[in-house]
This record gives sequence, C-alpha cells and structure tokens, in this order.
Amino acid sequence: MTSNPNKSLEHFVSSADFDPQTVSKLTPQQERYYTASQWQIMWWKFRKHKLALYSGIILVCMYIVALLAELVAPYSLHNREIDHIYAPPQVVHLFHEGDFIGPFVYGFDYQLNMENLKREYTPNPAKIQKLQFFCQSEQDYEFWGLIEGNFHFICPDEGGTLFLWGTDRLGRDVFSRIIYGSRISLTIGLIGVTISFVLGTFFGGLAGYFGGIVDNLVLRAVEILKSFPSLPLFMTLSALLPVTWSPLGVFFGISIIQGFLDWPGLARAVRSKLLSLREEDFTTAAQLMGASHARVIGRHLLPSFSSHLIASATLAVPMMILGETSLSFLGLGLRAPITSWGVLLNEAQNINSVVLYPWLLLPVQPVILVVLCYNFLGDGLRDAADPYK
Amino acid sequence: MNDLLRIKNLRVSFRLPEGELNAVRGVSFRIPKGKTVALVGESGSGKSVVSQAIMGILPRAARISDGEILFADPQTPGTIIDLAKLDPDGTQMRQIRGGRISMVFQEPMTSLSPVHTVGNQICEALELHRAVNRTQGMALTTDILKLVGFPNPERAAKTFPFELSGGLRQRAVIAMALVCHPVLLIADEPTTALDVTIQAQILKLIKDLQIELEMSVLMITHDLGVVANMADEVVVMYHGEIMESGTAEDIFRNPKHPYLKALLEAVPRFDMKPDERLKPIREIKHHPDNPILTAKRDRRVICDDDPPLLEVKNISKAFSIKKGGMFSRSTEEKVLAVDDISFFVRRGECLGLVGESGCGKTTLSKIIMRALKPDTGSITFREQDNSLTDVLALEKDALFKFRERVQFMFQDPYSSLNPRMTVQELIGEPLFIHGMKDKAQRRDMVEKLMDVVGLAPMHINRYPHSFSGGQRQRIGIARALALQPDLLICDEPVSALDVSIQAQVLNLLKDLKEALGLTYIFISHNLAVIDYVADRIMVMCQGRLVETAPKQLLFKNPVHPYTRALLSAVPEPDLDHPLDLRDLMEGKASNPADWPEPYTENRDNQMAMIHLGQGHYVRAFKGAETLLQSHKETEMV
Repeated sequence: MTSNPNKSLEHFVSSADFDPQTVSKLTPQQERYYTASQWQIMWWKFRKHKLALYSGIILVCMYIVALLAELVAPYSLHNREIDHIYAPPQVVHLFHEGDFIGPFVYGFDYQLNMENLKREYTPNPAKIQKLQFFCQSEQDYEFWGLIEGNFHFICPDEGGTLFLWGTDRLGRDVFSRIIYGSRISLTIGLIGVTISFVLGTFFGGLAGYFGGIVDNLVLRAVEILKSFPSLPLFMTLSALLPVTWSPLGVFFGISIIQGFLDWPGLARAVRSKLLSLREEDFTTAAQLMGASHARVIGRHLLPSFSSHLIASATLAVPMMILGETSLSFLGLGLRAPITSWGVLLNEAQNINSVVLYPWLLLPVQPVILVVLCYNFLGDGLRDAADPYK
Repeated sequence: MNDLLRIKNLRVSFRLPEGELNAVRGVSFRIPKGKTVALVGESGSGKSVVSQAIMGILPRAARISDGEILFADPQTPGTIIDLAKLDPDGTQMRQIRGGRISMVFQEPMTSLSPVHTVGNQICEALELHRAVNRTQGMALTTDILKLVGFPNPERAAKTFPFELSGGLRQRAVIAMALVCHPVLLIADEPTTALDVTIQAQILKLIKDLQIELEMSVLMITHDLGVVANMADEVVVMYHGEIMESGTAEDIFRNPKHPYLKALLEAVPRFDMKPDERLKPIREIKHHPDNPILTAKRDRRVICDDDPPLLEVKNISKAFSIKKGGMFSRSTEEKVLAVDDISFFVRRGECLGLVGESGCGKTTLSKIIMRALKPDTGSITFREQDNSLTDVLALEKDALFKFRERVQFMFQDPYSSLNPRMTVQELIGEPLFIHGMKDKAQRRDMVEKLMDVVGLAPMHINRYPHSFSGGQRQRIGIARALALQPDLLICDEPVSALDVSIQAQVLNLLKDLKEALGLTYIFISHNLAVIDYVADRIMVMCQGRLVETAPKQLLFKNPVHPYTRALLSAVPEPDLDHPLDLRDLMEGKASNPADWPEPYTENRDNQMAMIHLGQGHYVRAFKGAETLLQSHKETEMV
C-alpha cells in the first residue's frame, strides 16, 4: 500500500481462489438450524436464558410436589398434634456432638410458662429422632381422594415429631399444609389464565381481524373493564359468591372471576399482534391465493403469535396467584377447610401470632418463589418468542 | 502517515446461533485526505461491518479479532490513534465519533428522532462536541441547513422530521453529520432508500460538501452506478475479503478479478443489445426434462392487433385520510392514488410500470388483483377460451377461479414468506387451496417447481430464514407459478436483491416467460431493469399515467419532462456517462404543477393521452397534438 495520497493507488487484485458457489455450501450445524421448526429454535434460544430455564425447572418440581402432595407431606392435611400446639420449626441436624448419624431432629420438651401462659418448646439433645425415608406411617390419606395409602417419602421417627416449619394453633404441621395448599394455589392461576386466554384470544381476535366497529366495541369494553379499581371490584365479586356454595364451588368461582378480570390485557395483546400481522405480505399472499378466513387465521396468523400468547399468559399466572393469596388472606376468597397459601396466611393476620409465632408467615415463602419463577420464565419465553427477529 | 485513515488486516467475527461467522477476514485499505473511497459489495460482504468497526458501533455479538484501524487526525498532526484498540464507550472514542468521523445511514426516517425538531437534533450534535452556547449553536445549525440546501433554514430548524419528504430528511441527516465539520464522512448506502431523482440530488450534495468542507468520504454501496459517479478509489469486497481495489479508472476500465468482472456484467445497462443477456455470477440450472418447462403451453405470437389479455379502463382510486376521534366529527381528506388510468396488456408481453415511490403503482396492481376496490373504472380479463371476464364483478367461486389465472410476486422476499412454514408448505399452499389435496402428489409438484426456479429439491424441508434474499424470491416465484397462471404481476421483484442475484432472477423471469408463455406486469422504479425485461413501458407519476411507449421508443426519445428527468437521474456504472448533476430540475420533476407547458397540470388544463405514433402516448394538454408533433420532429432532426 502506498503512503502518499497523491500517488495513485496500486491496482490490487486478490490472488486467492474465487469460487462463487461457496455461499451455498453449508455446515451440518447450519443445516440442522435451517430445518428446525419455530419451536425448536425457540427452545434453543430459551435454553440460553439460564435464569428462565432454572425457574422453569423449579416450577416443574413444584407442580410435581403438588401432584404428589400426599406422599411428600409428612403429615396429612387435617392431622392435629394436640400436644404440639404452636410448636416452633425443628431444625434437621446431621451430627450429634461431632458424630455423624444422618438426618435427625431433637425432640421437644414442653412446658407451659405459667407467667404469660406461653407454650415453651425446647429441643432436648437427648431425644434424637432420626428421619425415616420411604416409610409407612399412621398418617393415612386418600391419594387424590381415590386411593387409600399411608406411604410417605419422609416421616417422623416412631413416637417422634417432624415439624419442619412448626405447627399452628391447632397443632397442624405448617409444612404439610403448605404442600397441600400448593395444589389449590398453583392451579388456580392456571385455570384463571385458561379462561382469560380463551376470552382474550376470542375478543382480541375479533377486534384485530375484523377491525372497524367490532374493534371499537371490544376496545371500549376493555377500557371500561380496565378503568375499575381492581381490588374493590374483585372483593365485591367474591363477596357475591353464595356462602352456601361448596368449597370447591368457591374455588372455581374465584378462578372464573380471576379470568374475567384478566382477559382485557390479553385481548389487547392479541389485537395489536394481529393488526401488525395482517399487514405482513405473507397474509396478503395467502388471501391472494384464495385462502379462506379460517385458513388465514389458523395457518398463518395463529402460529405466528401463539408463542407471544404463551409468554404473556405465563406472565399473567403470577398475578392470579397473588390475587388469590390476597383475597384469601382478607377472608374473601377461599375459606377453610380448603387449604391454599392465602388461607394459611389468614392465620397470620393477628399481630400477636406474628410476633409470638413468626413461622405462621412461612406460606409467604412459596408465594414469592412461585411468582418470581413465573416472572423469570415468562421473561425468558418472551425473549425467545420471536425466533426470526 | 499521509492518509487520513488506514485499515490494516482487519478481522471481525460474529457469534451467531448457527455458529461463528467471520464477517470481515483480513481487510486492508486506505482513505486518503479529501478523497472519496467507495466500498462496494453485495449484502453479506462485510462492507457495513467495516464501517461499524471504524465508528466503534459494532453489534454486541461482534468482536474485532485482529487488525488495526489507524486514524491520523489532521487537527493533531503526528499522533495516530488505533480505533480498533479504543474502548467503544470511552471518552476518546465518543469524541471522535460524531466529532471527527460522522456517519449517514440508509434510512433517513429512522436515523432522526421523531419527537425532536431537526434544529434541536443538529444542535445536540454540536453541543456534544464543541463548546457552544444555545444561540451560537442555532446560528451554526441554520448555516449547515442552508449549506445542505434547505431554502429556508430558520424554518427548517423548527420542523419535525415527519413533516419533511424523504429527500429533505436525508439532507437533514447529512446536516447533522456534518455540523461538527468531521474529517471523514461514512455514508452507508445513503441513497438506496430514495427515488432516483432524489438520489441524484443527494449525490450532488455530498460531492459539493466534500469540496466545501475538505473532508474524505467513505461511500458504502452496492450500486456500481453510484460508485462510478462518486469514487476516486474503489474497494470491492466479497465474503469479508477484498477482491480488487484500485482507482476508479482501474476498476471500471480494467477490471481483472472474475468477481468484479461478473459484477459489472450483471448490471443492466441502457446500451445493451436487444438480445444481450445479463451474466449472473451463479446461473440457474434446471433438470433438462422438467415436465413443467418442457410442456409448452400454446401461445400466440404477439402482434399488434392481438386482443389484449387484460384491459384496464378509467380506473381511479382515492384514499381518504380521516382525522378526528370517535366522538368528534371526522373530517375526510381525499388523496387520489390512482387517477383515471387506462391501459392494456397483450398476451405474452411484459408491460413495465415505472414510477417513484408513492406514484400509485402498487395500488394499481392491488386493484387488478382484487385486493382493493377501485372507485370507478372497469377491468376485463380474457380467458384462455377467449371469453371475457369482468374482473371487478367477480364474486366467491368465480373470484377463487380467477386467482388461479393471475398471480402476484412481492417486493420483499422476507415478509412475503411465512417464516413458520417450510418450503414444501409454502410452495404447496396454493396447490392445496386449489384442490390438490394428495400429499405425495403435492410434494412431487413442489419438487418440480423448485427445480424450475433452480432450487435444490433437497432443501424442501428448510425454513425460509435459511435462504438468501435471492433464493427466497425464487421460492416466491415458484409459489406464484404453482397454479400455472396466465398473468404474473411482479411488484418490484428485484429491488431488494443484490446486483448479481438481480441478474439471476431477471434472467429466470425472462426465461420462464418464454417457456411458459406468461404475461407480466413488471413494476419497478429501476429504469435499467425495466429496460432489460419489458417490451412496453408505462411511466406513472402521482397517480397519473404520463407516458407509455414500446421500450425502444421510450428510451430513445422520451417526451414527457418527468420521463426525461427519471432517465437523466439514473447513475450508470460507466465512467464515460457521468450523471449530469446540473440538470436536476431542483426537485420539481415529480411535481405535476411545475412541469413546463404543455404538460403543466392544474385545474384549468384538460389533460389527455396524446398519440405520437407507433404506440407512443404522452399526457399533455388536450389539443396539443400539433405542438407535440412538431416537438417530436425537431427532436428527430
């Protein structure tokens, strides 16, 4: 290369081999990527989002636990240990005075403090109660109300106790009740989201595909629904549920209310996505081919935004879980004997109990975990939702 | 070092989901002071990556793996800075970026913020790099706006970008880049998004400013016509490597490398012989006995009294722009997108439709496809059995049948193919919709169609994102041909493609027209492309048909001032035919009210298409035949 700008540039010609076909040759890696469907590419992209991936794994584990609640929980749902009312959590140890003896807890010495009438439990190092695994115990249950059994993954030592997260005012094991409560708390979000999904997709789809007056009507309805302050509305609707309903009926009632209140957001998302997709050339191409409305929607529009829908639905689930929890906490949602995290928290409404028995607040823990996990998962899904951008 | 910028052995690599990509592989070149260097290459050649590396704005997945970018700022003689080593977010780089080296991007709309006035944005660039106060800043801003050709710079400074046309916006972007008087201007495809007449004005502007401000320009472009008109030195890149570099003289008069030679041969030119073919770098090969190609459909020889395949009469379409909300009385403003257009297409002919953006050519094509309803007019289509169909009256089943006869090719190969469908599903879709339900039969047909457009049938299960623009456009052609239509409307089918790919697709379209007896309406803004494929050409401007003629007549003897302006503004890849930059009509070419008599359009003048003989029509005053006739004769002499 010359350094003098006034001297004209040398005429450089590359001497390397020139093969115009090189562009069309592919590595096997590329070939695999190029024949991958949108879901595969989404999965590859999602997998890179570690936080979302681990959140997903944690959620799957939690749902498995909810599914097998009877087996996971050491105590059955309504079991009362009258000797252990308001017992504090027992810590699992591995070593006793330097010797390894495997997982165990120290048994309690109980004493009623006559001055303030407080139940005082002190761990007694002499009472070593080894945990049992894959065991049978007196804690009978009906698995999903169908199969009777008494098999548990973990049980207390014979004659001993295992209150991992303490007991409540009736001497019920909080840990076991949280496990049972996850069944309701984790599913109420799913049911609510399904309802809001169906409604949102339907109304949003109507608005987006047909536009005009339909669009106008749907959007105004959405705006009106969105303008209500949500908590009072929620409370009013829940208060309207007849007291005579069975606990299960109330459960479904609450999920349906959740779904009805949530769909406007989803409808908006669907509408805007459809509006932009309707302008894409490939939609016009399909219409010019003579494709029917059903085919345009089913074959072209829906697959293009289903991934977005899933992501937004995932982000809606934690809102539902929080909604249920706060309602039940206020005593307006689910009621005992149904057990959900919100119902369990209802017990911790009293400031006394919070000060004296702080473990009653422990059901907050899974709520936070699940909400965080869903948010991270939804985030990861949203990032991966459009693999072609 | 006497050069302003010198790049030595630059390597840039990207980390992508499908593996590591070496976008730039050992590139070295120089930018001398005060000269224009053109970096030429097709998409994927790495030319833009080089410019991003100089500016320190590489995407996050990219990384400079080797090499130097030496910058010798004439303000601080003696010091040489290696831009490749600087922290892209550091103070020094930020001082250089925008202050000493500026960039102009392709898309003028997205490079300006829509919520700030033009003046504000230019002033911001000033405040970042120079110690000026508000009043000084505004004074400098109006100066620069005046320099880039705004007639009223004080007013221009107060406008928002959306109030400006594309050409003026690009001027504003250039003003913003130049306000700090950089020593190097990087222009990344600065005129690609603009119409030809505007492109010529912007090129002239850059050239004038370069002399005025004594700066160097790095021009990144794929358009060899622009290069021939602008560059002092040329660097040709392919696949991240330099194929050939030298002075413009060397490159255009003595091209040596096979890639450059191929590139020059692939550009359609006005002086091509009637039967001359473009030579794409990669020719499309078919299977020798593909039944679709060998089964010649019966077609008639084109002759002048042949009844037309499609006849369009007095089509008008106005769009109304609504202002106002749900409860307020909305006011409607009508914009005539297509203004009383009549024409016909003969069977087996290729009718070219030329016009700049917004002239109504796409609206017209959509009306023919029945995707839009016109306000007035009629369209008749001649079936194969010679019966006539009233296209606008078609409903349901009849319309469904008509869709088989007329197919559409889209401009954008990216958005016209559903990214979630495989090639098999994409090409097979029209077949499925129109009754070929058997899967094996469909697959067989799709494979044959893929062969027709030169795609390997083994790629049948791939998704469109794995194909290049040209390959995708060929998938689009295969899809359009699936139903064996009579008429194919091609809406700018090659404008998104690289030159060599463009040649390939144009040749394919030409060959298919011969082999299958197709009729085309070919829409393009590129006159050279139209000249290459079309038999007859219509020129549209602002919804009007201004001139129509067989192509030899139109290019040899354009009559209408708009056609002339269009023709004179096309940059040719030939050093002997530079653009006449003085004769640009100053942006008045596409304004019907500014056309000279007898073409001036306003309310008082009755316009008509006047026949000049041999099928050459031009829009002028009613009763101006004699005038035009004499004009034509003087022209011939």
